[in-house]
Amino acid sequence: MQELEQADNRSIRITREGNDRVVIEKDLSSEEMILNMGPQHPSTHGVLRLECKTDGEVVIEAEPYLGYLHRCFEKHAEMVDYPGIVPFVDRMDYLAAMNSEFAYCIAVEKLLDIEIPRKVEFLRVMVSELNRIASHLVAIGTYAIDLGAFTPFLFCFRDREHIMNLLEWASGARMLYNYIWIGGVAFDLPSGMKERIGEFVDYFRPKALELQRLLTENEIFVRRTKGIGIMPADVAINYGWSGPMLRGSGIEWDLRRNDPYSIYPELDFRVCVPDGSVSEIGDNLSRHLVRAYEMEESLSIIEQCLQKMPDSNGFDPRSAIPKRIRPKAGEVYGRAENPRGELGFYIVSDGKSTKPVRCKARSSCFVNLSAMKELSRGQLLPDLVSIIGSIDIVLGEVDR
Amino acid sequence: MNLPINFPMFMSMSLNSWSDALSQWVPFGVPLGLVVVAAIPLVFIALYALTYGVYGERKISAFMQDRLGPMEVGFWGLLQTLADILKLLQKEDIVNRDADKFLFVVGPGILFVGAFLAFAVLPFGPEFIGADLNVGLFYAIGIVALEVVGILAAGWGSNNKWALYGAIRSVAQIVSYEIPAAIAILCGAMMAGTLSMQQFSVLQQGEYGFLHFFLFQNPIAWLPFIIYFIASLAETNRAPFDIPEAESELVAGYFTEYSGMKFAVIFLAEYGSMFMVSAIISIVFLGGWNSPLPNIGTFTLNDWTTGPVWGVFWIASKGFFFIFIQMWLRWTLPRLRVDQLMYLCWKVLTPFAFLAFVLTAVWEIYMK
Repeated sequence: MQELEQADNRSIRITREGNDRVVIEKDLSSEEMILNMGPQHPSTHGVLRLECKTDGEVVIEAEPYLGYLHRCFEKHAEMVDYPGIVPFVDRMDYLAAMNSEFAYCIAVEKLLDIEIPRKVEFLRVMVSELNRIASHLVAIGTYAIDLGAFTPFLFCFRDREHIMNLLEWASGARMLYNYIWIGGVAFDLPSGMKERIGEFVDYFRPKALELQRLLTENEIFVRRTKGIGIMPADVAINYGWSGPMLRGSGIEWDLRRNDPYSIYPELDFRVCVPDGSVSEIGDNLSRHLVRAYEMEESLSIIEQCLQKMPDSNGFDPRSAIPKRIRPKAGEVYGRAENPRGELGFYIVSDGKSTKPVRCKARSSCFVNLSAMKELSRGQLLPDLVSIIGSIDIVLGEVDR
Repeated sequence: MNLPINFPMFMSMSLNSWSDALSQWVPFGVPLGLVVVAAIPLVFIALYALTYGVYGERKISAFMQDRLGPMEVGFWGLLQTLADILKLLQKEDIVNRDADKFLFVVGPGILFVGAFLAFAVLPFGPEFIGADLNVGLFYAIGIVALEVVGILAAGWGSNNKWALYGAIRSVAQIVSYEIPAAIAILCGAMMAGTLSMQQFSVLQQGEYGFLHFFLFQNPIAWLPFIIYFIASLAETNRAPFDIPEAESELVAGYFTEYSGMKFAVIFLAEYGSMFMVSAIISIVFLGGWNSPLPNIGTFTLNDWTTGPVWGVFWIASKGFFFIFIQMWLRWTLPRLRVDQLMYLCWKVLTPFAFLAFVLTAVWEIYMK
């Protein structure tokens, strides 16, 4: 619960009924100060600029300014043929490049209406779930840094390093993979990689528990996140939130379950939603918890993939890739569940060209960030940092 | 001063007579000896800050985080701090165009002097103390408050909103936390019945070693001990109370705009005051330069480990132990929020400090 009264531009009263009650009353006249947070600020996760109107430590309003990392993805996409767009997609959400490629390929394959080999689907799901863990590790680690805890960040990066090595082995690149292609994947898994992925799953389970004990159950961490930045479910839907942000507000919405694609219907996993026992529904801690639980679910998805994946020697993952990609005239919207929410591609083809006439990306970070003004109203400056961290933005995807 | 100390057979060199003789050395009418005596703690701070403070913290944090830390410069990166200092010396000394130049320049100086002056009353051994004031403890608490002026000057003079935030937070924090810290220290002063730092240590010596320390002399002494330790973390702006320099919120707090040697001086002041509060807590509650080892029958461990040089060893190791705990906390805990910090100070630590004060007084009057 938050109230902000600003009757005569002088008195501010903030009442927060969280785990610890904060009442800030100001009757003395004090001057408002414009504080520019970013674009070069350690906790804006890139080049986001927030123009904060502050009164002492209280942020009256924060307005996000974007575009410092705008690289004209959509215009570029109109000038490159369909397979050539994949590396550009990598550079949107550079922390979850596999998932972004997956979403783009789903859209184009829908437009082409082609059948994908079953093993390719398993490969795609497995690498994108690995990448989801890596992305959530960065989200949790940087969130810890935002709150002043440095060690969990390095623990997260240590574990992420193993995933990067695995994905490098599969695709040849560490961050920007260009692995999932339209109609297939670039390479089959190298021999012995399945065992290594299994080893990683066994290695990571205790590490996730360690992270939970070090960070999630830390009293200071809980006090800094619980009851802060509460987003009610209806407002979250109105803002178009998706992914862990929406699930943090208590809505069971996961595209892998609600609009199933690939082989997700065959897999058994839980859509993680906070139950309100540890956190208050919709606050920063809920969003953090959703990410932490989702890593567990991703691990179990990877295990299931390893079990169910068809074993075929001499398999050619490029067999279904069309020789020349020239879709029929039409338009399509393909979407997938990214670590940060729903990433969708709206593609229009004129039926003549090998390049899309229009390729619009629906970025999850951008939509999630749009609620910043709503969330930041009347917060303390440290809580603003905590809220930005919980949104988990990647400016590469916000600005595209 | 006539100290009731049984010197062991070795290391009986009296440091104090040596330093007395040195301070009376006045070649060509210039009191050079005094300068040399004053320089000894300064050299100590510099050495400790270089070796244990910077290099040690980097290595300790690295081992806590599954890293190796500095490994490139010298064996195991031992020369890393020297390389860093050379780098800082070469840096351009930037002063903002719109900064208040006087305050900007003078701020780090005041900060360092505030941290450094308190070393004058720290007894480094039974025979070595800069100035054995009869109000040594009071002086140490008071002179550290001078740091606030330096921080405010640095933050205001920078003409930077983040620096100003850091400075205001820092002043609010240090001034607030001085109250529980001072009350907790007063409990120790009550047990000792003196404010002289040297006298504190003398009162805590005895053949049973650590059993003579004030922490174990009084059933409630652990309460002021813990309160002072927490408050000292806040006073030195260490995590989880590093709110004034919260790098993820305020970039770097009051020293955002500093570069080169001014930055190094602020850094040195921070490590200086870290050792200072650690030394004070060891002197008041853990016997200062006294050996914690007890005499067991014919194994007179306490006598063997008592002496001027042993005193320096014991107080340095006790101080370093507390600095290690400070580092350990820093690399484990997240940061508190500003209002939670004030809540902790005024609604938790201060009432408990008063409680400890009353209980100690009752114990000292009726129970002892």
